[in-house]
Amino acid sequence: MSGAAESGAGCARTARGHRAAPEPSVVLTGVCGRLGRLLLRGLHREGRVVGIDRRDFPDAPPDLVHYRLDLRRKACRDVFRREPVRAVVHLGVMHDPRVSAETRHAWNVEGFGRVLEYVAAHRIPKLVLLSSAAVYGARPGNPQFLPEDAPLLAASRLSEIRDLVELDMLAQTFFWRAPECETVILRPSFIAGRVHNEIYSYFRLPVTPRLLGFDPMMQFIHEDDVVSALRLALRPGVRGIFNLGGPGVLPLSQVIERVGRPGLPVVHLLARRLLDGLWRLGLTDFPGREIDYLRYVCMVDDRRARTELGWAPRRSLDETIRAIRDAVTT
Amino acid sequence: MLAPEAALVPLDSPSRREPPASLPPPAPTLAPFVPPGAGPLARGLQAAGRRLRRAIDPEFDRQYERILECLGVQAFDPFGFHVGYARHVLHAAAWMYRRYFRCRVEGIDRVPAGRALLVANHSGQIPIDGMMIATAMLLDHDPPRLVRSMVEKWAATLPVISTFFARCGQVVGLPENCRLLLEREELILVFPEGTRGISKTIDRAYQLEEFGSGFVRLALENRAPIVPVAVVGAEEQYPSVANLKAIADLVGAPAIPVSPLFLLGPIGFLPLPTRYHIAFGEPIWLEGEVDEEDERVTEHVHRVRSAVQHLLRRTLERREGIFR
Repeated sequence: MSGAAESGAGCARTARGHRAAPEPSVVLTGVCGRLGRLLLRGLHREGRVVGIDRRDFPDAPPDLVHYRLDLRRKACRDVFRREPVRAVVHLGVMHDPRVSAETRHAWNVEGFGRVLEYVAAHRIPKLVLLSSAAVYGARPGNPQFLPEDAPLLAASRLSEIRDLVELDMLAQTFFWRAPECETVILRPSFIAGRVHNEIYSYFRLPVTPRLLGFDPMMQFIHEDDVVSALRLALRPGVRGIFNLGGPGVLPLSQVIERVGRPGLPVVHLLARRLLDGLWRLGLTDFPGREIDYLRYVCMVDDRRARTELGWAPRRSLDETIRAIRDAVTT
Repeated sequence: MLAPEAALVPLDSPSRREPPASLPPPAPTLAPFVPPGAGPLARGLQAAGRRLRRAIDPEFDRQYERILECLGVQAFDPFGFHVGYARHVLHAAAWMYRRYFRCRVEGIDRVPAGRALLVANHSGQIPIDGMMIATAMLLDHDPPRLVRSMVEKWAATLPVISTFFARCGQVVGLPENCRLLLEREELILVFPEGTRGISKTIDRAYQLEEFGSGFVRLALENRAPIVPVAVVGAEEQYPSVANLKAIADLVGAPAIPVSPLFLLGPIGFLPLPTRYHIAFGEPIWLEGEVDEEDERVTEHVHRVRSAVQHLLRRTLERREGIFR
């Protein structure tokens, strides 16, 4: 986010041999994130990959063309002008809860707005957005498994997730704004692994609070299974919204136990205050407003992904929970 | 998540600290529920529990095992049903069914195999009627079946109660949930009167409230038969004389009943040991399409409602006394 990151406009690192006649490439925004790196690992062997990230990528593979750019910069337009692109995968969503809501909102929405603009202008045939199952919101009236056409109601109570809901909606407008582009929106459940997300912050708390008398069923998905879904989404002919549930469901109390954290049942009226206090002291990155997800179910029906996308989680529930534990304990 | 094998989650992972080299072997189907940190005491209690279960109903364990076999659940199912937890609750329910309310059941073999909707009258301030119907299907039906009743959305916001319902296999009453369960060929219990029925005062006992129409659309959509059920005896368990609607609205509860028995102190909060009579009617197969016009749906609702009414009236006429 610093100015220094934006100053290096177009500092390209091109591999030998690609300069002459570049084949159509896949553009990964936010390539320096955990999921970006994982996706890149398989993808860069199959074809040309262009990474765009505001962060530096010191140990990038040599055949990656990396641009250290803010998506909102004009230089970004030049990248799309220069490169023939066959697909854009948007992973560059800023989640950092410590950044002020306005900055983050502007960055996320404006950045993705630009991406959509380029995709439309250059008639790029494929756009993949990694959204989240959390956009549906955890509510008492949720069905046990939410279908893809359920309304996205998370933003009504939780401002942190407003950006993601807005991005998801923007991508949905693309279904009719650019019908020739195959737009894919993936909504995975909580991602387990070395991804710095809410679940990670939650289990990094000194004790893991849960709400006394509430024990919702939850879904988790291994980071590898998210990557495999992203790769399936890149295949030609795939379009639409896909929920990604995971290998199974478990109640929160069991997850806490299996992750091996000391659990602390808190009366729900106090939990919010406790978490807000810890937040203010800087002891946690888990915002108190997210306790709705510890209270009500927010699980998704992923039958569509299994039948139409041909996706199935390869990691078992045990492996997935173990991935959380490994990430949290080391 | 909907594949049945995905729900098979062994309850106790062998070790919490060291990750096992391979996947832990699945727990045996009837792994007793051991709360963490309890050793011989828990085993003793379990043995006592088994003896008690046998004393109350010798068939209980066998029937429960047959249900689990059918469902293929080892610990938790996708809706939060827990094998060990539900065993304790159903066990208590079996005691109430046999000894406390001394239930008499009629026509239970009319419940068809496979997916079906049980449609019953709702009464008695707290949903003991649902629990008794579920226990009847467990103890007196062959093969025994797990009943999923549709609970009020409001219950999901309550601590403890929301978890209790989920662990016993109860599901928030939404069409999506119903559809999913019917696809799994399960048995669903619906109270179309909703909270209007359960919270009525004693002067309106056994008068059916208006039925909602959601269950008819579900039955049409999923081609599921409807079995009318009448429960007699529940109305008198808490003779409510008033409903504090204003306070109920204030706290967001559907109703707050007032019973003169509450004056007796804690004992007044126990339900009266009335005798329950549960009657099952002939299954109704509705003819029609999913997107049927409202008028046709209303006709179907009336048909089911009058079937429940008829059954209720007949059972009431045959009853010799509230407690007999």
